[in-house]
Amino acid sequence: MFSYFLRRVILMLPVAFGVSVICFLLVQIAPGDPLTAIMPVDATADEQAAMRAIYGLDKPLPVQYAIWISNLAQGDMGKSIASGRPVAGEVFGAVQNSLILALSAAVVAFPIGIFLGFLAGYFRDTLLDRAVTAISIAGVSVPNYWLGIVLVIIFSVNLGWLPSMGAGPGGSQDWSWDWLHIRHLVLPAVTLAVVPIGIVARTVRALAGDLLTMDFVQALYAKGMSRGDVLRHVARNAAATALSVMGLQLGYLLGGSILIETVFNWPGSGFLLSNAIFQRDLPLLQGTILVLALFFVTMNLVVDVAQAAIDPRIKRS
Amino acid sequence: MTAVDVTVLDAPATVSGQGYWSGVGARLLRDPLTLICLGVILLLILSAAFAPWLGLADPYKGSMIARLKPIGTPGHILGTDEQGRDMFARLIYGGRLTLFIGLTPVVLAFFIGGTLGIVAGYAGGWINTGIMRTVDVFFAFPSVLLAIAISGALGAGIVNSLVSLTIVFIPPITRVSEAVTSGVRALDYIDAARASGANALTVIRVHVIGNVLSPIFVYATSLTSVCMILAAGLSFLGIGVRPPEPEWGLMLNTLRSAIYVNPWLSALPGLMIFVTSLCLNLLSDGVRSAMNVRD
Amino acid sequence: MSVTETLPDTAPDKGGPAQPLLIVRDLQKYFPVRGGILGGRKAVVQAVDGVSFEVKKGETLGIVGESGCGKSTTARLLIGLIDKDRGEIIYDGQDLGGTLSLRDLRRGVQMVFQDSYASLNPRLTIEESIAFGARIQGLPDPVGRARRLMERVGLSPDRFAQRYPHEVSGGQRQRINIARALAMSPRLVVLDEAVSALDKSVEAQVLNLLADLRREFGLTYIFISHDLNVVRYISDRILVMYLGEVVEVAPVDQIWSRQAHPYTRSLFSAMPSMDPDNRTLEPPLSGDPPNPINPPSGCRFHTRCRLAESACKTRVPTLRPLSVGSEHLAACHLHDLGSGHSKAGKDVLA
Repeated sequence: MFSYFLRRVILMLPVAFGVSVICFLLVQIAPGDPLTAIMPVDATADEQAAMRAIYGLDKPLPVQYAIWISNLAQGDMGKSIASGRPVAGEVFGAVQNSLILALSAAVVAFPIGIFLGFLAGYFRDTLLDRAVTAISIAGVSVPNYWLGIVLVIIFSVNLGWLPSMGAGPGGSQDWSWDWLHIRHLVLPAVTLAVVPIGIVARTVRALAGDLLTMDFVQALYAKGMSRGDVLRHVARNAAATALSVMGLQLGYLLGGSILIETVFNWPGSGFLLSNAIFQRDLPLLQGTILVLALFFVTMNLVVDVAQAAIDPRIKRS
Repeated sequence: MTAVDVTVLDAPATVSGQGYWSGVGARLLRDPLTLICLGVILLLILSAAFAPWLGLADPYKGSMIARLKPIGTPGHILGTDEQGRDMFARLIYGGRLTLFIGLTPVVLAFFIGGTLGIVAGYAGGWINTGIMRTVDVFFAFPSVLLAIAISGALGAGIVNSLVSLTIVFIPPITRVSEAVTSGVRALDYIDAARASGANALTVIRVHVIGNVLSPIFVYATSLTSVCMILAAGLSFLGIGVRPPEPEWGLMLNTLRSAIYVNPWLSALPGLMIFVTSLCLNLLSDGVRSAMNVRD
Repeated sequence: MSVTETLPDTAPDKGGPAQPLLIVRDLQKYFPVRGGILGGRKAVVQAVDGVSFEVKKGETLGIVGESGCGKSTTARLLIGLIDKDRGEIIYDGQDLGGTLSLRDLRRGVQMVFQDSYASLNPRLTIEESIAFGARIQGLPDPVGRARRLMERVGLSPDRFAQRYPHEVSGGQRQRINIARALAMSPRLVVLDEAVSALDKSVEAQVLNLLADLRREFGLTYIFISHDLNVVRYISDRILVMYLGEVVEVAPVDQIWSRQAHPYTRSLFSAMPSMDPDNRTLEPPLSGDPPNPINPPSGCRFHTRCRLAESACKTRVPTLRPLSVGSEHLAACHLHDLGSGHSKAGKDVLA
């Protein structure tokens, strides 16, 4: 198990390297001089010269990359143009808020998705199955930023039940686990949960349907095992695949929350990102993307290792 | 938002050449849901394409006094937007840019990713390793994040959106086309063709492409819905189409300010995105089963 | 089609009748197996290891052995579908990679594969599939050629030319594959388990077709199979492979009356006998062949051989004639008086 883990970590390194290269290049592909892209417009010539020296902007790209990555290794992701504060601090605060949102959405989505998917797979080709299939297709087809607006219209504008903006009373940016704050979490979390409900339901439906028709299931029935026991066996067999889909979905939730956070003014990484884009704050953009992508890479690793722990066949392949 | 998840598609085991496409057509004709979706998509495309000749109101001409008129207002069947422009006209005209930016990247990625995947799958060795490891790096980004990162860096604009979305969809199509091609590459008829002295290009042209194209095509069609949503999402974020162009995502964004005044009006552009994306998904499912491509 | 000496447009003979059509010397192919923490090369599968043999003009050489013994790898090496690590392939006196180009080799050597369905492009009509190679080789009138060959292998061109592979039976598909191989007018055809997947009755028909074609066009065959009876029917000589090595080569009659290698002996005794009085007394070969990643030392068969002694574990036997000038060769210490095996020179296998 440990050697598998080690191998996966080592395989992850080139991917992480590639991710850092792409993030580095983001500033390079931005139109205009990279210097103006990473500095406030009103910077003086002296400040510009200092910055040029710090980042080695007059040197070839690989050297610039090396400088950038070594700064990164010391936790220095540059300074935000808009706020002048270090990017690292801003990003980590925001990512925390995003995680709260993504995990809440997962808590909503996964049980519902698994339940619906299992129902559909077990009662294949019935009306129930069709209904679930329709729900999951609608779920993966819906633009969730629009769904968020629709939910706001229903529950905030028309019914006035739930707040639509920010993470706490008065558009507060600081999170705490009390009802006043949780009220703000409900709409964005539910909105964000819709797509994964569809995807998880689809996956579990296919898994359950396939497994129930497999030979070993027939054998279990033939052995005289009860329906409930057979279902338990089937569930364990499906667990590894379902787990990997859900793990990936958790990563996607964090990425996918960008638009939802914009809709709900949720003070997370996506909100930060859209502010960075709006203000052309490229260091902040770069830092946020880098942190989110590395989180996603790590998530993949965790999923793979967890999957291998459940299903020993994976280790060998 | 929908993740770009890769399902490795098997090359169909029993495809034939003659009668294959007519068989696909016949199966499609027996599938009313798919036909309806096809109809809706065609209607959207045609009405967008011929919008100037449909006798619609000017989608750019606003009116300070006729702002945010509700749905059903005489003269403005779907009301007016925050600048008093006719919603119906803007929704129809909006299809032009939305569909163009929503579908073109998949077409471009189909050709680029398909080619890369076929080359990687056929050549194997270090060419395969080089292409596929690069693709792996892009898979480290959720598709939304990658699209926003590139568009955010490049800035708003139609071409920039097309570039960033094409980059987003090349890796998944490359991965599928590599998997399908490696599968075909291992079959004896490829060896037989090589043994007859044909060079790689001829083998690919005569023996590989025909056998990998339909699974890659079906996979690409399954991406159109995500691409639509993403494209409109970029405009919604303000890094896609620039105002005052009518585009559904951008309209959804600008109408957010009207949510307390005329809530359902402001949801209309999003409904268009939803209907289009739903039809694209169902159409893709229908095409998949009609072409006998299994997951 | 009239009876001709060779297929139309066959490349002319270069070496004369005494020159073997194919000489294989010390052929070797190892496949790297990826593994280990860095996914680097950790081990190699010794698929084909030092294989040498000759095929005379007009003869059929049968190659037998268990699955995984390197038969198919050898076949693919012979037509350059995979690159050899080492060794020589000499076709009609010309050395591949030296005076002979891969393209010319493929003009002279063709292959028929086991899986009749997988070896035909499902998107091409039968006529197109057969004509493809001739077209590539620039031979005149590829379509007419394809149609004449279809006629010759027993498929009416008018009925079958425009059909697709899934629309015909397995036996018909294998006839198509044979026609496809012959369309390039080869002199040597490698038949890799070409009849193994067919029903017994169809198998017999296709075998007869192969025998007729050989006679008619003066072809030379390498016939690979795991079925000894089929190999006996069609072959002039038989070559036995075990774990990537040649263990015995002999004319059919000689090997049928006397198997010189214990492995060959086991293969033959595993054959169902037609004669109730002639029961198999010898224990059948037990277990799977050892892993070709780490083949046994010395004689590779010693782990399964009932006559193995310490010499077999340490010394590698060489392929040598049973007596001076004999066409019967075996790689076993039993036939080498200087091998140190206690039963060397004694007839303990009979």
